[in-house]
Amino acid sequence: MLHIENLTLQLPYYRRWFQREWITCLDNLSLSIQPGEIHAVIGASGAGKSLLASAIMGLLPEGARISGQLFFKKAPLTTERQRQLRGRQLALIPQSLNALDPLVSSQRQVSWAARRAGQSKTVAWHSAEHALNHYQLDQHAHRAYPHQLSGGMARRVLAAMARIGNASLIIADEPSVGLDPQQRDRVLASIKALALEGKAVMLITHDLRHALPISDHVTILRQGQCIETTYASAFRGHGEQLKSAYARALWNALPDNAFESDAIAIENDNESVNKNDSKRTAHTNVTVLPKETIKETRIA
Amino acid sequence: MLDARKISFGFRSQTPLFSQLSLQLERGEWLGLSGDSGMGKSTLGKLLAGLLQPQQGEICIDSKPLPSQGLRPVQWLPQSPELAVNPRWRVKKLLCEAWHPSESLMQDFGIQPDWLSRLPSALSGGELQRVCVLRALAPGVRYLIADEISTMLDPITQLELWRAVRKVADQHHLGVLVISHDTALLERLCTQRLHLAQGTLAMVTTLETP
Repeated sequence: MLHIENLTLQLPYYRRWFQREWITCLDNLSLSIQPGEIHAVIGASGAGKSLLASAIMGLLPEGARISGQLFFKKAPLTTERQRQLRGRQLALIPQSLNALDPLVSSQRQVSWAARRAGQSKTVAWHSAEHALNHYQLDQHAHRAYPHQLSGGMARRVLAAMARIGNASLIIADEPSVGLDPQQRDRVLASIKALALEGKAVMLITHDLRHALPISDHVTILRQGQCIETTYASAFRGHGEQLKSAYARALWNALPDNAFESDAIAIENDNESVNKNDSKRTAHTNVTVLPKETIKETRIA
Repeated sequence: MLDARKISFGFRSQTPLFSQLSLQLERGEWLGLSGDSGMGKSTLGKLLAGLLQPQQGEICIDSKPLPSQGLRPVQWLPQSPELAVNPRWRVKKLLCEAWHPSESLMQDFGIQPDWLSRLPSALSGGELQRVCVLRALAPGVRYLIADEISTMLDPITQLELWRAVRKVADQHHLGVLVISHDTALLERLCTQRLHLAQGTLAMVTTLETP
């Protein structure tokens, strides 16, 4: 369904006014997602997870430099095609609940999403109602404005918007963050249901433990690099089936497991990540590695 | 000993969150507090730290009421560090708000010297959380209320944070109340776990010393 080959993404960063440097946010990343499977992308904050979602959807900030190939349904995913498919074949469940329009009731917002997917006005209105019912949101919630919804309900409205256009690829960006256990399980179950309907789902999260039971494949990202892609079933025991030390440390650091991390192993892994880099950028919020720090001094 | 004696609290007087609730936290003890959302875990934490006043009952430290002025001996650590810091203050000013931590302590918490000149927005969540924990560990502090401080962190960062807190808590003989949904984490960290439901506390398990 979705196939990513050697994706490298660089964002500009100004050290001084006209002194531009490039920060490598995603480095030579390759992965592919099949229909009907959940592919979890796991990483610490600043690993470039959300940028990966933006790159697939074509929502990158201006000035981003991107190389590598994206294929969707075996055809290259160009900027033009991304614009056509966005909201129709490609759907994003955004991380921030601010993505909901605060002045519009939830049913109307969901019907907008249906309109975008090509449904007529009346059909869209009814299918919005149907979609919200599907996520166990009652009549009261249909009429509610985003500030009247709890976090879990708002997430389910966003999920309904992503589902309504019958998109074949759904990217869920941190869908479970900030929810209590019951709400989180409900939201994750609704994501699993999407995969069971035959959609390809990319689940972006830092919550390894709760992503594992519903995922088929797991990709571990670290500072923009793909550390390991493996079956979710490889995460068991002491992580003997995991190839990289970082993935093993991540698994063993969970409170259910050893709650210990082999600091030396991570350091070694760290060195292998860093070996090509002379220095790390310190000033950005995103912890990133300037793989090729290109200095461009320009005169205005 | 931090002692809450038969405290009652409710945001609306008709529906008290809890009434006649008692809880003791010894120095050097690690106590876990779990419970569903909306049951008042965070409210109980804030009451113990003296940030809210109970409507009935009293909260004492070694049989003396909580001081209302000066440095609070019970420090409350909130879930999101971004909301707990002034976004316009640099890290050095934030850290030294109440006291001046030593270099070696900063090293224990993994706080790099070059962070000090940065703004909070230039640190990641885990980094900023460590700054906030260290900020709260002034010499007069005897108890910590850790309210979901590692929820938004990945497992390795979470582990590093707790390792640093454990080290300092052991050195200064601090009593720590850990509030979390994550029972597995509580079982790792704490000797005892309390479950708050319907306004009552239940001792769930007496865990082995971690």
